[in-house]
Amino acid sequence: MYKIVKKEVLNQAVELMEVHAPFVARKCEAGQFVIVRVDEDGERVPLTIADYDREKETVTIIYQVVGYSTELLSKKKAGDFVCDFVGPLGKPAPLHKVDHVIGVAGGVGAAPLYPQLRKLHEMGVKVDVIIGGRSAEFVILEEKFKEFCDHVYIATNDGSKGKEGFVTDVLTELIEKGEKFDEVIAIGPLIMMKSVVNVTKPLNIPTGVSLNPVMIDGTGMCGGCRVTVGGKTQFACVDGPDFDGFLVDFDECMMRQGMYKEEEHQCRMGRGAQ
Amino acid sequence: MERNMSLTKVVMPEQDPNVRNKNFEEVTLGYTKEMAMEEARRCLNCKKTPCMSGCPVNVPIPEFIGKVAEGDFEAAYQVITRENALPAICGRVCPQEKQCEGNCVRGVKGEPVGIGRLERFVADYHMANKKKSEVSIEKNGKKVAVVGSGPAGITCAGELAKKGYEVTVFEALHKAGGVLSYGIPEFRLPKDLVAKEIDNVKELGVKIETNVVIGRSITVDELLQDGYDAVFIGSGAGLPRFLRIPGENLLGVYSANEFLTRVNLMKGYKFPEVPTPVKVGKNVAVVGAGNVAMDAARTAKRLGAENVYIVYRRGEDELPARKEEIHHAKEEGVIFRLLNNPSAIIGKDGWVTGIEVVKQELGEPDASGRRSPVPVEGSNYVIDVDTVIIAIGQSPNPLIQQTTEGLETQKWGGIIVQEETMETSKEYVYAGGDTVSGAATVILAMGAGKKAAAAIHEKLSK
Repeated sequence: MYKIVKKEVLNQAVELMEVHAPFVARKCEAGQFVIVRVDEDGERVPLTIADYDREKETVTIIYQVVGYSTELLSKKKAGDFVCDFVGPLGKPAPLHKVDHVIGVAGGVGAAPLYPQLRKLHEMGVKVDVIIGGRSAEFVILEEKFKEFCDHVYIATNDGSKGKEGFVTDVLTELIEKGEKFDEVIAIGPLIMMKSVVNVTKPLNIPTGVSLNPVMIDGTGMCGGCRVTVGGKTQFACVDGPDFDGFLVDFDECMMRQGMYKEEEHQCRMGRGAQ
Repeated sequence: MERNMSLTKVVMPEQDPNVRNKNFEEVTLGYTKEMAMEEARRCLNCKKTPCMSGCPVNVPIPEFIGKVAEGDFEAAYQVITRENALPAICGRVCPQEKQCEGNCVRGVKGEPVGIGRLERFVADYHMANKKKSEVSIEKNGKKVAVVGSGPAGITCAGELAKKGYEVTVFEALHKAGGVLSYGIPEFRLPKDLVAKEIDNVKELGVKIETNVVIGRSITVDELLQDGYDAVFIGSGAGLPRFLRIPGENLLGVYSANEFLTRVNLMKGYKFPEVPTPVKVGKNVAVVGAGNVAMDAARTAKRLGAENVYIVYRRGEDELPARKEEIHHAKEEGVIFRLLNNPSAIIGKDGWVTGIEVVKQELGEPDASGRRSPVPVEGSNYVIDVDTVIIAIGQSPNPLIQQTTEGLETQKWGGIIVQEETMETSKEYVYAGGDTVSGAATVILAMGAGKKAAAAIHEKLSK
């Protein structure tokens, strides 16, 4: 059992939890993830690591309440326990000491992006970030990014904060204004990461993306998370989750994300009534 | 005592095929006391004990069978567990026809003695009638870490605990048992039984830490730095192989590992009562014909698939699964499409609609000694299916190999060990089971775990 030491509601769909997990806290690095099982018989849910504290032996996760299991997790309070919390899984993000990197976050994707950019900052890289959300409320971690980012740009679909439009609009504008980025790290919905790559690839700005496909064990055992990268099948759980965005077959990823659409609905309906 | 000279084994009761292919309860129901004693009297108590030479863990077979014949089942249990810590499991999943029973003199004319069935009976009898016993083992002050709680790891841990070592087993999943928990289905190996066998090992003082992924949460080198005197790696062969044919990433294509894990470990067969779904269509092709393939096919049938095909490139004689599994699968209505090699998986709108296969003929024996399949030109056709399960084998998971400095491995990923001691290229680090041999059997993994435990004890006693 793993104790929840802190819980915070970031907006109506996104929450933060700090969990006591010594084995994960001891070794985790930016880019890695954990698998959480809320209760006995629960699903194994992969969640990215947003922060960690080696001394307190805690790990922070930020998650979007989107389905049965995250709703169950959301019912937990500080002081409660989750049944299982395993990690760190996946490879640490491949971060390079270049001059200037911009992170692009879509929605809850800001959470895994945060430790990566902070690490780059610590490595002496100049970092900026574009945070996107449906509306002002869905823009998360702005203050945290401001602690070390030179520029924090915001884009919202409805224009309630920052620029009205997509993160890619901001990115394109910055590039057109002559900003030079050595690398881009984009984390968010698949369609957003694909759109970012559509901007950066023609300009040959190396772009890292982080994938979060359907998986069970997170250790390379089920193969459910297979993705095509550069024409080769890779397992996101052990070969990633960070990949070269230029090489990822996003259309296949989006297709594979739909494997359990019907069951997700059935699960929420069937179990929600209990 | 009068010997039973019947040429056939005492029949073991089973669920009717057309009933059991719709439920997940155990297929075979086990012997009664009377049946066990009657079968035990078929044993000739041969002086040369050929049966034992076929057993990877040297169970004193005639001795325990003698006790069964006398009706002293607890004594029989004590005889078996001198050498085998997991008899309820071995009695159910060992390929007896290739081991003990394969060497039985009674098998020369008629059926061999039902050694597996008797072992299972004895273990089940003990579990049902066991009295709580206090185990007191004097600790020797030495610590050993075991990686993986499958058959190899659990056996190694149990053996060392008996000798007084403080043993911690690290398991990556949330539940102990390895392949016994995630891989082998309930109807062949009930999970409460696996839990009981593991509890027996815990009673010896073995500590099991779940949710620790060695290589990620902590490395083998860090375990040694943390004060463990030796490490045994029994991490299994968990990496699924795929066919590398077009269409393999379509929706509806599973590795057998994923399919079975969803059903066994995550209890997906109870969806939506449990939240992990498993999808099985009307028509299912399982590629491969080993035990894992049989498990997947029979599971698919139980989940409601109408037509389940075993698609295998070789013939009947080359089927690698246990005889009993093949027999049971056929009885349950699994359709065998032998000498059929898949060439592509076909789909529409992202979902599988069929599997294209090429018919094969058998040619000369290959390196494995089995006749190798040769494609018949122009013979390809499509089997209409909506689910494809790939069960063509697993390789060792590379995580530990990649994160342990100085650990030598084979090209295909297996850890290299000295045959006599199971010690790896790294001093104080031992390995055994599927991570060394590639995917094999429960009992071979147990044998390796036992051998390593003896070698670790010898080394640490110096």
